Amino acid sequence: MDFIYLDNNATTPLNPVVLESMLPFLKEDYGNASSVHELGRRARTALEKSRGQIADLFNAKPEEIIFTSCGTESDNYAILGTAYLPENRHKQIITSKIEHHAVLHTVEFLEKQGYPAVYLDVDENGIIKLDQLEKALEKETSLVSIMYANNEVGSLQPIEQIAKMCNEKGVKFHTDAVQAFAKHPVDMSKIPIDMLSLSAHKIYGPKGVGAMYIRKGVKLFRLMHGGHHEKNKRPGTENVAGIVGLATAARRLQNNHEEENKRLSLLRDKLQTALLNNIPDCYVNGMNAARLANTLNIRFDYVEGESILLHLDMEGICASSGSACTSDTLEPSHVLLAMCVPKERAHGSIRFSLGETNTEEQIDKVIDLMPTLIKKLRSMSPLGHKSNK
Amino acid sequence: MYSEKVMDHVRNPRNVGEIKDPDGYGMVGNPCCGDVMEMFLKIENNIIVDIKFRTFGCGAAIATSSMVTEMIKGKTLEEALNVTNKQVTKALDGLPEQKMHCSVLAEQGIRAALYDYYSKHNLPVPEGLKQSKTVKCAD
Ligand SMILES: Cc1ncc(COP(=O)(O)O)c(C=O)c1O
Ligand SMILES: [Zn+2]
Repeated sequence: MDFIYLDNNATTPLNPVVLESMLPFLKEDYGNASSVHELGRRARTALEKSRGQIADLFNAKPEEIIFTSCGTESDNYAILGTAYLPENRHKQIITSKIEHHAVLHTVEFLEKQGYPAVYLDVDENGIIKLDQLEKALEKETSLVSIMYANNEVGSLQPIEQIAKMCNEKGVKFHTDAVQAFAKHPVDMSKIPIDMLSLSAHKIYGPKGVGAMYIRKGVKLFRLMHGGHHEKNKRPGTENVAGIVGLATAARRLQNNHEEENKRLSLLRDKLQTALLNNIPDCYVNGMNAARLANTLNIRFDYVEGESILLHLDMEGICASSGSACTSDTLEPSHVLLAMCVPKERAHGSIRFSLGETNTEEQIDKVIDLMPTLIKKLRSMSPLGHKSNK
Repeated sequence: MYSEKVMDHVRNPRNVGEIKDPDGYGMVGNPCCGDVMEMFLKIENNIIVDIKFRTFGCGAAIATSSMVTEMIKGKTLEEALNVTNKQVTKALDGLPEQKMHCSVLAEQGIRAALYDYYSKHNLPVPEGLKQSKTVKCAD
């Protein structure tokens, strides 16, 4: 079956050009970048070239980039690495209610160890409230961690303003840019971001490789112990093929981001408009937010998200939901709840996230299919029509 | 994640719909938890001659509702009362661990509809049968 893959915020297909760039380091150039011989030097050269390329994308210095195993590791290092510095012990940490679990659960972990934590609210469009941040910053704070773009609804946070507010107070600022990296370029010479997390598999690169921007002079408590890799910050033999893939993917996307963002937002808006027009009682979560071009989170009253996904899956269409009953808590998505979507409606939400492999033809197929599918599920649902019991 | 049997019931649920003037009716679950099920029974001579359901819920909730209607159609009330979650999930070749809590609706739905039948017809309600809880969201 030919899939229609609309789950690009979960992960993306590996781009063939990216794969091609990785292959030499999985085959003939297999050296360890720390070795002195020719194969080692080749690996080192590729590694440092990739570092320089990523640094260039941020208008940063190569020594400000370290490679990690994923976005989650980068988030953990930024947060725990800051909090565990002796001067930051038990100082307040500020984050938001809509962070990815890689950030949220890390801050909760610190909270259990006695670190005061503030979880900023968001408005109905999934954007944090700056006055609340300002207020929270009145208390002595070691770190603010706010995501660049939300993975579920796509809302883009006012990162530049947040960075400046933190900078004025001398508070370190970290942003999880896993969903925004290479789609929304960041110039580190203009925005005072101290740390930024990114991941390769959201930008048509391989899984299991990420990176971190750490501004020169920003100190982190060492979490992993081993060799002297990555400026003594992150031991472990570097995943050279993965890192080369990350750099290739990032350059490809960022060099083309304006065009691709425009193409994706046209397709996304077409899908959004058609669903809103053709299906009654459906609403876009984060409708009026500045949003990632590829993301559509939409809810259908009276039906449950997973049942929609299963029916889409039967047609080869891949999407996702923050469905409750995959968790033990029965709670729907924490992001939608923070946006004050009522629980029973949050359960009926699904996310379409588009990517570079999607065509207009595919979107048209989804547009054709959805009204019938929702109608079928609604006819099976006890909610939303007066029963004749 | 789901067995072939589960997917078959999600694709083609059996006995979906409603029965006008049912002899027994029950609604269980809670929309805030993402699962609500409605059960309609037609009963003649102590036998369930027709049964229909409607479900708002995930694949597991739909499949267990559908399966339980197949299992008790044509059965006596006593037989229907003895059907358990375990039997329903077993008939579906199992459910993922985190979905087990969605399967309780099927058993609850049957019992709620049977309670309604017994009490509406002034019959002695078998021990342990309870009225279905009203479905409402707390917040
Ligand atoms: C916003 C955000 N942060 C962090 C992550 C985790 O990244 P990774 O899968 O590379 O650990 C993801 C994706 O899963 C994400 O969407
Ligand atoms: Zn469920």
